[in-house]
Amino acid sequence: MGDDTIYALSSGAPPAAIAVMRVSGRDARAAAAVLAGALPPPRRAGVRTLRGGDGTPLDRALVLVFPGPNSATGEDLVELHLHGGRAVVAAVGAALAAQPKLRQARPGEFTRRALTNGRIDLHQAEGLADLLEAETEDQRRAALAASDGGLGETLARWMRALSDAAAIVEAAIDYDEEADVSGGHADAWRAIVMAVRDEMIGLLAQPTVERLRDGLMVVLAGPPNAGKSSLFNALLGRDAAIVTPIAGTTRDVIEAQVIRAGIPYRLCDTAGLTDATENVVEQIGVERARALSARADVILWLGESGSAPPGAVRVAAKADLALSRNADISVSTHWPESIDRLWQFLAATGREQLAFTSEIALREAQRGAVNDIASALTRSLHHTDPLVSAEELRVARRRLAGLVGLDATEAMLDALFGRFCLGK
Amino acid sequence: MKHYDVVVVGGGHAGTEAAAAAARRGAAVLLVTQRAAQIGVMSCNPSIGGVGKGHLVREIDALDGLMGVAADDATIHRRMLNRSKGLAVQGPRVQADRRLYRGSVQAQLREYASLTIIEDEAIELETIGGSIAGVRFDSGLSVRGRAVVIATGTFLGGRLFRGTERLDGGRIDERPSHRLSQQFRSMDLPITRLKTGTPPRLDGRTIDWSRLERQASDEDVWRMSFLPYPRRSLPQLSCAITRTNERGHNVIRSGLSDSPLFAGAIEGGGPRYCPSIEDKVHRFGDRDGHQIFLEPEGLDDHVIYPNGISTSLSRDIQERLIATIAGLERARITTYGYAVEYDHLDPRSLDHRLGLHDLPGLFCAGQINGSTGYEEAAAQGLIAGLNAAAHALSLDSFVCDRAAGYMGVMVDDLVLQGVSEPYRMLTARAEYRLALRADNAETRLTGLGVAAGAVREQRRASFERRQEMRVRARAGDRREIDPDVYREVEEDARYAPYLERQTAEIARMRADRDVTIPSPKTLHAVPGLSTEMIERLSIARPTTLDEASRVRGITPAALSALWLHARKSA
Repeated sequence: MGDDTIYALSSGAPPAAIAVMRVSGRDARAAAAVLAGALPPPRRAGVRTLRGGDGTPLDRALVLVFPGPNSATGEDLVELHLHGGRAVVAAVGAALAAQPKLRQARPGEFTRRALTNGRIDLHQAEGLADLLEAETEDQRRAALAASDGGLGETLARWMRALSDAAAIVEAAIDYDEEADVSGGHADAWRAIVMAVRDEMIGLLAQPTVERLRDGLMVVLAGPPNAGKSSLFNALLGRDAAIVTPIAGTTRDVIEAQVIRAGIPYRLCDTAGLTDATENVVEQIGVERARALSARADVILWLGESGSAPPGAVRVAAKADLALSRNADISVSTHWPESIDRLWQFLAATGREQLAFTSEIALREAQRGAVNDIASALTRSLHHTDPLVSAEELRVARRRLAGLVGLDATEAMLDALFGRFCLGK
Repeated sequence: MKHYDVVVVGGGHAGTEAAAAAARRGAAVLLVTQRAAQIGVMSCNPSIGGVGKGHLVREIDALDGLMGVAADDATIHRRMLNRSKGLAVQGPRVQADRRLYRGSVQAQLREYASLTIIEDEAIELETIGGSIAGVRFDSGLSVRGRAVVIATGTFLGGRLFRGTERLDGGRIDERPSHRLSQQFRSMDLPITRLKTGTPPRLDGRTIDWSRLERQASDEDVWRMSFLPYPRRSLPQLSCAITRTNERGHNVIRSGLSDSPLFAGAIEGGGPRYCPSIEDKVHRFGDRDGHQIFLEPEGLDDHVIYPNGISTSLSRDIQERLIATIAGLERARITTYGYAVEYDHLDPRSLDHRLGLHDLPGLFCAGQINGSTGYEEAAAQGLIAGLNAAAHALSLDSFVCDRAAGYMGVMVDDLVLQGVSEPYRMLTARAEYRLALRADNAETRLTGLGVAAGAVREQRRASFERRQEMRVRARAGDRREIDPDVYREVEEDARYAPYLERQTAEIARMRADRDVTIPSPKTLHAVPGLSTEMIERLSIARPTTLDEASRVRGITPAALSALWLHARKSA
C-alpha cells in the first residue's frame, strides 16, 4: 500500500454542479499533467483544459495540486474540479484509467492512506466517514466534533479521571500498612467513578451518530387500501426534500429519506398488514412490514383503531370521507393544513428523540463499549472486595484505552474502512 | 588466563542470584566482589518481601533462587500484609536477622560447585569484535568470560551525601567503582543519576519501648520458600510504631538549607514512594506526623532500623530530630542516615533478557537498571544469570512474560518504558494481578524453570509432589494435601470468572507478539511514522507490536501504521 497511485471521484454521484476527482500517490502530478498540461503552483487553483489521450478536450476544469506530505492523504494529491455531468466524469475517469501507473481507489483508500501516513487518527477517520455522509446540521455538528477530536478529548478526560480513581484503590492495596503515603479518604475513588459513570449514562441517552444520520423512522402501516400510499406521497409533497427515493414493488416497502426543517426522517410505506393473504409475494411484503414496524420510532396506523399495534399513532386518513372517531390525528390529502399538522407532530417527536444537546455523539460500536465500561464501573462500585473493584476499574480503563484507539486490530480497521464509499 | 562462561560483577542481591542461576544452568561462573564477607548483605532495611516484593521473592524461590530460603533462615518477625484482602495481593514480609541472612546466602552459594568467588574490583570490560570477551581487575588479573553480568548496585559512580558532607562510595565505608563507570560513559551508554537514601540506625537499648505500640509477629508460621523447611523457627521479635511530630518537622525545616536534596547538590531523581523524611515534610506540609516502624536488625544485635525517616540531613539535625520523637528521646544513633547518588543505565538499552542491545554478552541487573529494592534486584539477577548462561552455552533464552510473573512485568516495564525514578514493584503494575499471586508462584513458574534446566533435583521433586496434590485438590480430594496447596486451588476457584476474562486478554497479547516490527534502522520505511515515533521506538527497540504498544508515548496511529506495515510485509 502507498506505492500505487490511485484516483477516484470524491464527490457525490453525478449529475451534480461540480464533481471532484482526486488523484493521490507518487505519480499523481505526472498523471494530472498528462491530462492538464502544466500544473498550477501548489495550493493554487488553475483553470486547465483536460484532454484525452487523442487530444480531444474533455472539460475545462479547476486543477489543484497539494504536494505531500502536507496533503489530506500525506502523499502528492491532485484535485480536478470538473463540471459534474455523467459524461464528463466518465470521460475523465477513463483518461486516468488509461494511464499505466494509475488504478481506481478501493473504498476508503484515501482515508486509509491519510491514517497510515499519520495525517489523521482513528477517531478522525471515523468522524470523517460520518461527515461525508452527514446531511443535517446536527449530524454535521456531531461528525465534526468527532473529527476534531471532541470525542477523543472526552474519552481522554474520562481516562484521566478513572486513572485517578484507580490510583486511590491501588494505593490501598499496594500500601496497605504504609498509611503515610496514600493520604486522603480511601473511598474517594467512588465519587470520581460515579461522576464518570453518570456522564457516560448521559451520553448513552443521546442519539448515536448512526441514528442522527438515519433519522426518525416513520412507518406507515395499516390494512390494504387504507390510504397509506396517498399519505406517503402527501407527506413528501409538503416541503420535504427527498434524499433517496427507494424503488420497490407496490406490495413491498417503499422508503424515502427526507429532511424537513433540519430533521432527518426515514419514511416507510408498507404493504397492507393482513394475515388473510394467499399471495406469497404479498406475504413477504407483510413480513417486512412487521419487521419494519418493530424498529420504527413512529408507527402511523391507518386502520381500525382497535387493531392498532401498541404505541402506534392512530391516524384517521381519508378524513374527508369518514368521521375520525378514536383517532389521535386526522388527515386528508385534500386538506394541506392536516398534512402540515402531521409534520408538526413528527417534528416534535423527532426533536425529542433526536435531541442533540451534547457536543459529541457516539457511534453504535462505541456506544456498546461505553455501555460496557459504565457497567464495569457500576460493578466496581458495588463490590466491597477492593481487588475486584480494582479489576473492574482495570477492565473499564482497558476498554476505554481501546476506544481511544490503543487496540488496533485487523477486524476493527476492516470494519472502519468497509464503511467508506469509493474514493472518499 | 582463566576462562569462565559467566563473570558476575557484584555480590549483592542481584549478583548472587545471577551467579547461582547461571551455575544452575551449568555455567562455570566467577563472582567478583570487593569484600567477600559482605556478600548477601542487606544495605538498607532489614526486611524482605511486602506487597509486590513478596510476590517477587516467591517467584525467585519458584525458580530455585536464593532469596526465599535465605529469608526463611533469618526470619525474626513475619507479617502477611493485606491479610484481609484476597490472596492475590497478600504480601509476605519478614524482618530478617542481617547476620543470618548474609550467612545463608553465602552458605547457599557454597553449594554450587561450578561457582568461584574472588575479592577484587572489576575495572574494565574487554571486548572482541563488538562482543564481550572478558574482564580486567584492579589486582592486574584478567579473565576470559563469554558473558558478563553487571550487578554493581549503587557502587557505580556512587557518592554519599549527608548535610554538607560528601563521600565517595556505594555504601558507607565502602569504595565505589569509578573506573567501570568511566568505561560505561566512554562507551556512549545512556547513563544518568538516581538517588536513594537510608535512615540513621539506633541503639535499641536506648529506646523507651514501654511507651510504644508493639506489633507482634504473625501467630501462624508461614515460609517464603515453597521447599519443606528443615530447621526450627527462630525466636520471633516484635516491631514497634512511633511517629514524627510538629516539633520534629520544625527541626527538619531548620536543616533544609544544608540538605543536599534541597540545596540542589543531588541531581538524580529519587523515589516518590519511599521519600526521605525531609521530602515528606516538604511535600505534605499539612500533616502533623509521619509513621515510623522500629524494626530489629537481628537476634543478638541491638541495632534498630527506624523505617520511615530516611534522611540526608546533617548529623546535628538527625540527632535533634530523633530527640523529638516519642520513645526515642534518649536514643543513640549508631550510624547516621545518608543519601547515595549513583549511575544507572537507561534500561531501554536492554532487551527482555536484560542483555545490552549493543554489546552481545553484557547483561545488567538490579539498581544499575534503575530499580530499587532487594527483591527487584534479585529477580533481575536471576533473569540476567539464566540468560547470561544461555548466551555462553548456546541455550534457549529465559523470558518470563507479563502474564507469567511479576518478574516479567518488571523486566518488560524497565526495558520498554525506562525509568524516571527508581522502579519499585507494585501489584498495580501487573494487569494480570488476579492470576499472579504470591501463593501460586510455584504453579506459574517452576515448570518453566524445570524446562530451562534452571531448577535442581530437590526442587523438581518437591514441585512434582505438589503438582500431583494440585490435581487431586482440583478434583475435590483433600486427603494428604498440603493446606497451602488446597488454599491455592480454592482461591483459583474464587476468582475464576475474572481469570477466565483475562485469558482472552492474554491470548490477544500473545497474538500481537507474533506481529514483528522493523528494527530501528528500517523504521523510516514504515509509512506514516513521525520522527518522534521513530525516535521513541529506536530508544526502547520493541520487536513486536505487543511490545510497541507499551512503549511510552506511542500513539494509536503509530501502532496502526506498524500493524499495516507488518501486514503488508507478511
